[in-house]
Order: sequence, then structure tokens, then C-alpha cells
Amino acid sequence: MSQKVLLSSREIDIILHRLACQLLENHLDFSNSVMIGLQPRGTFLAKRLLGVLQNDYKVRHIPFGLLDITFYRDDFRRGDKTLAASSTQIDFLVEGKRVVLVDDVLYTGRSIRAALTALQSFGRPGEIELLTLIDRRFSRHLPIQPDYRGRQVDAIKEERVKVCWKENEGEDTVYLVSQ
Amino acid sequence: MSELSVRHLLGIKYLKRSDLDLIFETADHFKEVLARPIKKVPSLRDLTIANIFFENSTRTRLSFELAEKRLSADVINFSAAQSSVRKGETLIDTVNNILSMKVDMVVMRHPNPGAGIFLSNHVKASIVNAGDGAHEHPTQALLDAYSIRERLGEVGGKKVVIVGDILHSRVALSNIFTLQMLGAEVKVCGPRTLIPKYVESLGIGVEYDLKRALQWCDVANMLRIQNERMDMSYFPTTREYTRQFGINKALLDSLEREIVIMHPGPINRGVEITSDVADSSQSIILNQVENGVAIRMAVIYLLASKIK
Repeated sequence: MSQKVLLSSREIDIILHRLACQLLENHLDFSNSVMIGLQPRGTFLAKRLLGVLQNDYKVRHIPFGLLDITFYRDDFRRGDKTLAASSTQIDFLVEGKRVVLVDDVLYTGRSIRAALTALQSFGRPGEIELLTLIDRRFSRHLPIQPDYRGRQVDAIKEERVKVCWKENEGEDTVYLVSQ
Repeated sequence: MSELSVRHLLGIKYLKRSDLDLIFETADHFKEVLARPIKKVPSLRDLTIANIFFENSTRTRLSFELAEKRLSADVINFSAAQSSVRKGETLIDTVNNILSMKVDMVVMRHPNPGAGIFLSNHVKASIVNAGDGAHEHPTQALLDAYSIRERLGEVGGKKVVIVGDILHSRVALSNIFTLQMLGAEVKVCGPRTLIPKYVESLGIGVEYDLKRALQWCDVANMLRIQNERMDMSYFPTTREYTRQFGINKALLDSLEREIVIMHPGPINRGVEITSDVADSSQSIILNQVENGVAIRMAVIYLLASKIK
């Protein structure tokens, strides 16, 4: 198994600021927008972005939630293992809101499909946008594309993109791991 | 652990501690789902579940049915009163007939102890025991322990007394196994005639004085007198039972600390528990019912994930 660095800590920081600015450009003060991080791995990126928007760009109030998609996945009973759930924390309705879904890696698009279904349990959103740090292009199983992307990556099926966060793994780095 | 160690839920005694933790953790997630505007997830949309009840039930059957529907499973209901069982069909035949209609899971209540275990050896579907005679009622015990955990933070180290008709109670036995596995101390309390012989061999205490039992405990689980299972007289009169083993507000208020009152239902108001106790803030009877749906969703979800 070998791994190479796709994004360093400095690059991630620059990308976070760019993504934050792109969000600001479209959502201004987030008065009718909400940000929702996907459990488990999208939550780190979502919280980071929230921090940048609040601290560096002084957006005062952004409704923020975490969404678990386990019960909406399309591979239930198809793998060997039971799918373990994480917690959902959304204490607002998305009815009529502009929703920004945040996940770390966009690969087949199946998690996002599940997230779109899961989100319907919280109302009918005005629109939904997708933000991902890594977009593994040419590997989609579904017609789903990000509206905001950190970096596009070409990776083959045998390779894995590993996103590490300071608060979890002790460093901000994105690796491409070959089996 | 993210997987149950069993394919069927036949009784608590076949489970491991890690199974209980997994069920509770999954139930936490389903409780959150049940608080949403749309309380339904699509996980089991390709599965069919049969609720087969050879004995009367309101709460348990409704709770199971709701749990199944919230998980998007297709549900068929069957109660023995209106069925061919009356015409002499055997249990295996009845269930196999239902299974040939492509049913994946069977939730069964049966008056005979061990009916679920017997069935699990003879049919292909996953079996969930919804009460088998005076043997076990695992989902009730799970939701009881879950409700204690919710109210008191944890079950380990807590003192729980189960009061009433222990002899005929499947709730008592499943509760004893569950609470012990989670590290709680358990006592039973009731008339001598309704306490099974050798019950101490389960590692629990026996108390014949209700007041002493209540002073000892953190939680009191009040059981109903199961008149329908009594083939003889176990105590002189209902009034005498109530005087000795019924809980009322005066008794509750005379205790040094606030204990939690539970009841698996159906309540016989004025017999084992008075209305002012059942409806007091110390009672978590309705929380138990609410948690029942989340617990049953968790059990069904986790068992369903093992159906290939």
C-alpha cells in the first residue's frame, strides 16, 4: 500500500477560503440558506467552512445541521456488514430554504442520492446545492455533480482518497492511497 | 460492534451485552427519526413482515406495526381468533403458508413458552418473539431498560424492583435478564404464591414487603395480575392484594427519595397502581410506550440487515 499527498494543509486552507467566498457570492448573508454536513466524514469539512464563514467573513448566523443518511442508503442488506448509523442533528425545517449539502469526497454519487431523499423528511427545500472538497470525476454511478468543488481528482477504482482533519486525525492532508 | 450476534430475537437470554448496546444506540437514531416531520425511512422497502398473534395484544401489536411501517416494510397482520388455527392447522403449517407468500420476517406472540424457538428451527424467516407464554417478552424488556437509561442516565448500578405477578410474567423474566446484563441490581416483590420457586437462582433478591422493596429501589416496575393465566386462586381477594402490593400516592410520598415508576401495561387502575401514581411525574409509563416504537424499529432494522 502506498500513498501520495493530494492536498497539503496549506492548500486545504486556501481551498476552504475559496469555497467560503464562492458560497458568500451566492448566498450573501445566508438569511434564507442553511448548511448541512453529511455524517460521518462530511461534518469535519462543514464545521471548518462554518468557522471560516463566521470568523473570517463575519457571517453572523448560518443555520447548521448534520445529516445521517444510513437509513436511506441503497445498499442495505447488500453488503456483508450491518450499516452503522450516526446521529442526525437538524433542529430547523428546510422548507423553502436554499440548502448547501457538504461532503468531503464525491465518488459514485450514491450517498448524495440518499441525502437528497433524507432531506425530504425535513420539508421541501427551495433548492439544494452540493459542495465537496474532492470530486473524483469519471466515477459517477448517478447524474450528480457538485456546485462547489475543492479539487478534481482522477483516481481509479482500486485507489482510495483519504481526507484527514486536524481535529480527528491530527493533520489537514488529503492522500491518494493505492491498495 | 455494528451487528447483532443473532438472526432471531427469541429472548434476552440469547443476546450478548454488545447486542443490547447496539440496539439502544440504533434506537437513539430512530427516536430522532420519529421526531421529524416525516417519520419514515425507506430502509426496509423491499421486505415483508407478518405479525402473527395467537394471543390478544393491543399495545405490542400496534407498536410493532407502526415500527414496521416507519421502516417502510410491507405488513400483514394475522390474529388467531379469525384464522384456520381454529380449524386444526399446526403452527408450522400456518407459518409456512404465510411464508410461501414471500414473507421475510415473522413477529409472533404465542401462549406457549418456546413457540418462537421451535418456529425458528423449522422455518426460514427471521423470528421476533413478541411474547411466548410466561417465558420471554424481549422487546418489552429492551424498551423498559431503554426508558430507565433515558430517565436515569444509565442502567448499570441502579436498583430495580419488579412488583406483582412474577410467576405468570414473561415481562419479569426478560427484564431480569436484561437488567442483570446491564449491571443493575434486581429484586422481585409479590405474594409468596406469585413468586416462582427457586427464583433466587437467577441471582436476584426476593422481598415480600412492598414498602421495604420500594425503600431499597431506584425504579419500581409494577406488573399486572394476569387473571387470564391463573388456573387457581393465588390470593384471597383483589382488595387484599391491593392493600399489600398496590402502590398509592401516600406510599410513594412516604419514601425518602423519588423513585421512578414503570408499568408495561395494560394498567388495572386501582389494583396494582392508583391513578394519581400512574399519572404522576415520577411515572414513565407513557415514555415506555413511546420508546417501544424506536426499540422495535431498531430490533427489526438490525435483524433485517442479516436477511440476505
